Amino acid sequence: MATASVEIKVTAEIAAEHGLSAPEYARVQQILGRDPNITELGIFSVMWSEHCSYKSSKVHLKRLPVRGKLVVQGPGENAGVVDIGDGLVAAFKIESHNHPSFVEPFQGATTGVGGILRDIFTMGARPIAVLDSLRFGPITADDSAPAVPPETIAKNRRILDGVIRGIANYGNSFGVPTIGGEVGFEPCYSQNPLVNALALGIAKKEDLFFARARGTGNPVIYVGAKTGRDGIHGASLLASAEFTEESQQKRPNVQVGDPFVEKLLLEACLEAMTTGAVVAIQDMGAAGLTCSTTEMASRGGTGIEIDLARVPQRESGMTPYEIMLSESQERMLLVAEKGRESEVLQVFKKWGLDAVVVGEVADGGLLRVKDHGLVVAEIPAHPLAEEGPVYQRPIARPPRKEESAADWFVFAPEKKNLTNNFKRLLASPAISSKGWITEQYDTMVRTNTLAVPGAGDAAVVRIKGTKRALALATDGNGRWCQLNPRLGAMHAVAEAARNVACSGAKPIAATNCLNFGSPEKPEVMWQFSEAIDGLAAACNELETPITGGNVSFYNETLGSSIYPTPVIGILGVMEDATNVLKMAFRDDGDIVVLLDGLGVASDSSGASRSNGSGSHVAREFSSSEYSKTVGGIVAGQPPAIDLPAEKRLQQGLVALAASRSIQSAHDISDGGLAVTVAESCFASAAARKSGETLGTRIRIEDRNPAESAVFGERGARAVISVSPASLNAVLQMAQRYGVGAVEIGRVTADGIFSIELNGSAIIEESVETLRDIWAQSLERALKQ
Amino acid sequence: MKFGVVVFPGSNCDHDAFYAISNVLHQPVEFIWHQSEDLANCDAVILPGGFAHGDYLRTGALARFSPVMKSVKTFAKSGGLVLGICNGFQILLEAGLLPGAVMRNIGLRYICRHVHIRVENNATPFTQAAAPRQILKIPIAHNDGNYTADPLTLAELQKNEQIVFRYTSADGEDDAAGNPNGSMENIAGICNRERNVTGLMPHPERAVESALDSADGLVIFRSMVESLVASAKASA
Repeated sequence: MATASVEIKVTAEIAAEHGLSAPEYARVQQILGRDPNITELGIFSVMWSEHCSYKSSKVHLKRLPVRGKLVVQGPGENAGVVDIGDGLVAAFKIESHNHPSFVEPFQGATTGVGGILRDIFTMGARPIAVLDSLRFGPITADDSAPAVPPETIAKNRRILDGVIRGIANYGNSFGVPTIGGEVGFEPCYSQNPLVNALALGIAKKEDLFFARARGTGNPVIYVGAKTGRDGIHGASLLASAEFTEESQQKRPNVQVGDPFVEKLLLEACLEAMTTGAVVAIQDMGAAGLTCSTTEMASRGGTGIEIDLARVPQRESGMTPYEIMLSESQERMLLVAEKGRESEVLQVFKKWGLDAVVVGEVADGGLLRVKDHGLVVAEIPAHPLAEEGPVYQRPIARPPRKEESAADWFVFAPEKKNLTNNFKRLLASPAISSKGWITEQYDTMVRTNTLAVPGAGDAAVVRIKGTKRALALATDGNGRWCQLNPRLGAMHAVAEAARNVACSGAKPIAATNCLNFGSPEKPEVMWQFSEAIDGLAAACNELETPITGGNVSFYNETLGSSIYPTPVIGILGVMEDATNVLKMAFRDDGDIVVLLDGLGVASDSSGASRSNGSGSHVAREFSSSEYSKTVGGIVAGQPPAIDLPAEKRLQQGLVALAASRSIQSAHDISDGGLAVTVAESCFASAAARKSGETLGTRIRIEDRNPAESAVFGERGARAVISVSPASLNAVLQMAQRYGVGAVEIGRVTADGIFSIELNGSAIIEESVETLRDIWAQSLERALKQ
Repeated sequence: MKFGVVVFPGSNCDHDAFYAISNVLHQPVEFIWHQSEDLANCDAVILPGGFAHGDYLRTGALARFSPVMKSVKTFAKSGGLVLGICNGFQILLEAGLLPGAVMRNIGLRYICRHVHIRVENNATPFTQAAAPRQILKIPIAHNDGNYTADPLTLAELQKNEQIVFRYTSADGEDDAAGNPNGSMENIAGICNRERNVTGLMPHPERAVESALDSADGLVIFRSMVESLVASAKASA
């Protein structure tokens, strides 16, 4: 198919090979009033692919909240845009590059980062941060997990290594700090890793650019890298079909990235925009020249006419089909003001980039593609972009597995010492330090990074020239979504927002990347629909409208789906950057306080309070990281969620940060209270001049089983540390926000980490010993 | 005292150096495009970090052919202050303005983190404001920082006290664990015999404010300003 030529006579069979169903092909014929030629068929097939058209997700995405008083641009443009004050806006978006990253991890990841960066600077915003949300198959042969073959583990490690190198290679060279995100491991991602890249940029509000062609006769200019045969059908064949044994042969469908050219493109585009001669601009990402011409024309309500003979080409003999469908990277299409094109071309020449007038904006609403003057494709742009198929796919709730206590985690006997189990948890790839990964990223370039990865719950970048800072966090718990997609999705929003609030910033908007299996399976569509409802509920309650993102379906290998994995990125604003909070304990003698959005109660358990029965606690605990790592059990239900409690906690944290009365803040999530407190100890080493690691002595009362009390993952909680002099003021402030605040211990300098429950020590160990396990485990696992 | 920050295609710490000079040191500074042979009457030139020309072929290998380098060489020969940071250091090595070469980091991975370096020679225009053997906490961010030279060159560097910075432990001790990239003699930065050209792998411009976790890099820029003020007075 890759070398199709114009002369091929299109039949229904060829349409089917292009992924167009019989009704879809009939619709193509109807729009054209004739049979398409092969180039036109190629154009329809990519535009109407799942990846580009959202045909299975559209009807559900409508239920997401997308409006808010700070939203400048919601879904539908290259990126979402929100007002961040001082006349500035933030453009941000998250996107997946899952399939390419499995087929060719390094290039798959680099081009994922490159694509999302272009989406940001296309809007006139300079990228200031990148985050990555990654999921891989197991990289250790954990004895308690279901056995994973050694060759799978070895392959997972190679994928992880390639992805990390790819992300690092692109971001480091481009000059944007890669400062956060998360990494998770589950067997379902072995054949289908998730690589979701989020980019954030800022611009002056009046300097924003949009991808709407206008002005008949205005020149259409192609800029950036030359077009080659790489990535043809990336969007339609790689991203919109499930994997089979032959998928590795699709390596030629993966694009190749060049961060150096992207850097030049960034500087040249931003400089060209200052000339005032640029009317509209769109990057060439998925579906390349096809998508950029069609969408610019459709959004602007105009037509576009281009001649492919003028397109800069990397190889000779490319057919119109190949040129239109190429996904070569680092290319942009822009519309300039007629008569002023030389001003624009001059800028690109300075930066050593190709910039060629390839066509013009035309009346009549047609996408007309010529090759040496001969028309090779002629399609009405608006129907092509907007009137593609929309499906209300069948939905079916999978049969509910009846669970009983026998399926759930069995708690250890009372007063059992849990130190060894705690060490196993700290050593697990999910919980252990990701320092080995993040050290390969340039986290500091542009000198705005106020919280490097691991220093705080969110990535924080200041905005030079203002007092402000932005905070960003991503979250998504596939295991919880597998057990309960609606609840799991709500937790993803709540946790990302809680992370942002823990840094001292007020959460204001969201972006989402929805990673699911095949939409043709009714149970996957049920998961999708449930997750959308969960996201909508949480984003409404927490006032974080969704401004954009993407949907990645067909995350399946050999018929089995990944866990449904909606990944949420939350953006927050801090009015005074000097209020930034980090997780590190700061001083010996500080008081450790547990904040709880549910209010003060006699215990501060990791178990939900909705029901005190023992079986309820076991059922909920069976979904925890500890249950998976220590007990080898993944079952039950995620913790119940109380969104108003989450909101109270977040508002309380933001107020406490602004009052500058607390020393540190860290939310409770994976691994529960014990891991949270331990991470605050571990982070103290880097934050203190002396380099010593502070310890802590925690004393809690709880009627629930010990493991649930210290490793339970109920939300709406955070651990802060406070100097003794500020304690009363902090407790009062928490109370004003309806947040429970209980003193649970002290920061110590004796090098001991201990947790006492109801008067008995259940964890006690040298903090350096624990830190070594936590800090080294990932690297040790990868070097096995 | 005007500073010039050279912008190669692919430089990405140019803005950071510019900001440190203008907003933290409050000195005049301007960008110099790599195709310009005019150094705009700058009193000191900074070659910033990044990936000049994509670092294709070899770090700094293409950048040394940029037209601006002809002027930078003339400027250096006439005693002008030239500071190369990270990629800028690599370019100075390729251009022959400093001896030796850098190879891939010993672990074959990019490393970005704070390290500690010790000022080995505070009698240079880049370190004169530092205390003898002062320890600076400054970040590194590179793929290729593994400094290498032949034994004769190394001996020369030692003899002429051209080794300006060495990686150390946090408390300033020489130890292998403090050396992030495998560089010979724990070398983090060197100068030429005349002391007016210095290159280092760590990024002092990333350590100029306490909000960025360290302000230890300021001493290098302050030294440059002090030195320029002194020589301006001397020639006045």
